Amino acid sequence: MSRAIRFAPLALLLVIVVALVWRLATPVDTNVPSKLDGKPVPAFTLAAGVPGKPGLSSSELATGRPRLVNIFASWCVPCTAEVKILQELERRGVAIDGIAIRDRPQDIAGFLARNGDPYERIGSDPRSQLQIALGSSGVPESFVVDGKGVIRYQHIGPIEPSDLPMILTKLEQAK
Amino acid sequence: MMIVSPPAFADSNLPPAYWANRQLPDSKKEARAQALMQELRCLVCQGQSIADSDAELAGDMRDLVRRRIAAGEKPADIRSWLVQRYGTWISYKPTAEPAAWPLWLAPFALLIVGAFLIRHRIRVKARR
Repeated sequence: MSRAIRFAPLALLLVIVVALVWRLATPVDTNVPSKLDGKPVPAFTLAAGVPGKPGLSSSELATGRPRLVNIFASWCVPCTAEVKILQELERRGVAIDGIAIRDRPQDIAGFLARNGDPYERIGSDPRSQLQIALGSSGVPESFVVDGKGVIRYQHIGPIEPSDLPMILTKLEQAK
Repeated sequence: MMIVSPPAFADSNLPPAYWANRQLPDSKKEARAQALMQELRCLVCQGQSIADSDAELAGDMRDLVRRRIAAGEKPADIRSWLVQRYGTWISYKPTAEPAAWPLWLAPFALLIVGAFLIRHRIRVKARR
């Protein structure tokens, strides 16, 4: 027993080294998902983000048909490229509502004029209050909300062309 | 152009929220708010609390905490509201859930191992 025990520190060192190497080798996912998956959207009312387009409230997300809620901002760089994909989704009949985080009406208007406008409604969230209430941690993010106002899927980061089939499937499943 | 998958953490054009960097006039409430802010993790700069972080979202969360404390809400309720949305990860305070048991038991386990290692040096008075 005492002969073998002299190897205990070496064995402990090997265990520690293996553990460190394993943890360092796995790429870290720093995204923080929302815990509201499967739960109803919290009650909210947001003022209009741009004049001429209605604002957004939670009752408008429970009209019987699944909707895509896109959390974006005019100062968000990947949101610029995402608009093209959102327009493609709009062409395929998806209803898209926008929540503009920390944005001014003139900047949102400029963003829409430069990149295009896939949104039916845009709500203004100047202090990220609704973003925090949804468990979202950055822009852009998109939520698939079903006809009863329940969150069915959260997409962190911009929707890329390769994500298109998956988003359409999630919207189908939310029907 | 390469599209970066994680959300972008660029800065907006708006100034910080009103209560992001202002202390509450009631010093007791401000103390409670500060204590809570030190224990909430910033989602952007993930090694810092929202009290320390310069990120805009951290500022908005400080604003949220101060507004709610000013309205009379208890820190524990604000913490659990945030945990409902982001998970226990957002709170620095260790919980009692099974995943945290190694954290609580480790000091005792280490003491036992240490005592075992020096067991021959512990002289128990057996002689009269």
